[in-house]
Amino acid sequence: MDDRQTAVIAEPAVARRAAAPALSRPRPPRSQALLPFVAAAVLVIAWQVLAQVFSLPIYIAPTPIQIVKTLVSELPMLMRNFVPTAIESLIGFLLGNAIAIAVAVLFVHSRRLEAALYPIAVFVNTIPILAKAPILVLIFGLGMTSKVVIAAFICFFPTLANMVRGLTSVNPQSLELMRVLSASRAEVFWKLRVPSSLPFLFSALKIASTTSVLGAIVGEWIGADLGLGALIIEATHNFRSPLLYATVFVSSAWAVVFFAVVSFAERRIVTWKQGEVS
Amino acid sequence: MSGAGATLAVELENATVRFSSERGSVTALENVALQVQPGGFISLLGPSGCGKSTLLRLVADLVPPTGGTVSVLGGPPERARLNRELGFVFQDATLLPWRSALENVRLPLEVGPKKRERAGLRTPEELLRLVGLAGREHALPHELSGGMRQRVAIARALVSEPRILLMDEPFGALDEITRDTLNEELLRIWRETGTTILFVTHSIPEAVFLSERVLVLATNPGRVRELVLCELPYPRPLSVRETPEFIRIASHLRALLQTC
Ligand SMILES: Nc1ncnc2c1ncn2[C@@H]1O[C@H](COP(=O)(O)OP(=O)(O)O)[C@@H](O)[C@H]1O
Ligand SMILES: [Mg+2]
Repeated sequence: MDDRQTAVIAEPAVARRAAAPALSRPRPPRSQALLPFVAAAVLVIAWQVLAQVFSLPIYIAPTPIQIVKTLVSELPMLMRNFVPTAIESLIGFLLGNAIAIAVAVLFVHSRRLEAALYPIAVFVNTIPILAKAPILVLIFGLGMTSKVVIAAFICFFPTLANMVRGLTSVNPQSLELMRVLSASRAEVFWKLRVPSSLPFLFSALKIASTTSVLGAIVGEWIGADLGLGALIIEATHNFRSPLLYATVFVSSAWAVVFFAVVSFAERRIVTWKQGEVS
Repeated sequence: MSGAGATLAVELENATVRFSSERGSVTALENVALQVQPGGFISLLGPSGCGKSTLLRLVADLVPPTGGTVSVLGGPPERARLNRELGFVFQDATLLPWRSALENVRLPLEVGPKKRERAGLRTPEELLRLVGLAGREHALPHELSGGMRQRVAIARALVSEPRILLMDEPFGALDEITRDTLNEELLRIWRETGTTILFVTHSIPEAVFLSERVLVLATNPGRVRELVLCELPYPRPLSVRETPEFIRIASHLRALLQTC
């Protein structure tokens, strides 16, 4: 998996071009790819053993076995809460990214619009999501809409920033080539700017795939009857630690699946980025 | 087109290009005169910054003249550009990295006015064969060597059958052996297609080997130093470079460049 997902604004082309010669260590062999799984297994076993040896109370630290048992016994209830969270994060993801892409395209066509609105987008982005979320719940109510909007909000800015960069950081020589060919603005946009922006877009989408789940859950914390976020709050208040851990596990699993799907799409679509050729 | 045959491919009269910015102005070209016959091969030689690229860009309608006149195929450069009479090959191949070799060669047929009519006699596949890339049509640029990428760029420039081919140090970044091969191929393509070629280079032997005439430019401001004839019969084998006549022209150019 791509460890660059943590960067808020990744710079794929730049980072790769710079990193390619110096840091391109040979890919780890297949046996090394298993190492993280082995390490995780060791940690889980250690956790199980330590919790038993020190006989920690279940509400402080449930053992992995207790969590798995809860996961199985509460599966129908977990799934009932998983569905709204999945829908909210998915729709929020689609909505936030679609709007971000559309705004980026507008910005690229109108410098003036960009000059007027981009600083506002930056300012709104500096408000922590925990501060924005209650406001959005007040506006959009306690239903799923407010969660979708929060998830969309959280996706919006990284995608906007990356997409503007992607659409504008076109090789100047390629632009000259298009001019010699007397290409129209639309042709330059579709044949040059859009493909150039795809590596940038995908690094933003990978960030958004995990943050949209975060957004939906934060929204549910503030007020919801159903959803993994609501379940987290409820399990915490009732000291139902195994259920809390099981819920956290389900939400992480969803974010990982989401991320993996986006990464898969990226690998299928962006086949050329290795050492970007001029 | 007006006056078939008699029209010059490129004509500069007192062409001047001045770039102005807050930090002052640079005269890239001053009062440059040049006439290129259709089907001619002329090289531009001179120290860095003497305006070689600017001259090509002037012909390609990428920069406007600030003085004098530029005419291409008997009209303004813009008309030649819009009629798709121009092919440009840059120093780095400037291939679109997401397109295969073949798709890169097709690009000129997909954009711009008259894209349909410009499909020439040679198909993109045939052009890739012409530049020696048969079998690599579906390779992405990053899977090709520098020399191969430059061949793709040449095939791309030829696909709309331009009447004028502008080449800005196209082989500057290649090793000598690849460069020799591509030089021979370029001469073959030139003779086969009858295109007019304006070729920028830093290499004296390359200029003498390829061209009918070499325009030597001096710097600060960029201006014509001398127009040197290379009277060596075509076809020229690589061994022409050992003949006394070749060596005479080359050393004359070398002496000239020391005074630029
Ligand atoms: N777009 C530009 N803006 C400002 N100055 C330029 C520009 N293009 C070229 N120049 C200047 O014009 C001069 C000639 O440049 P160029 O034609 O690229 O030279 P050459 O190709 O012979 O090395 C140089 O001094 C260069 O700095
Ligand atoms: Mg140059």
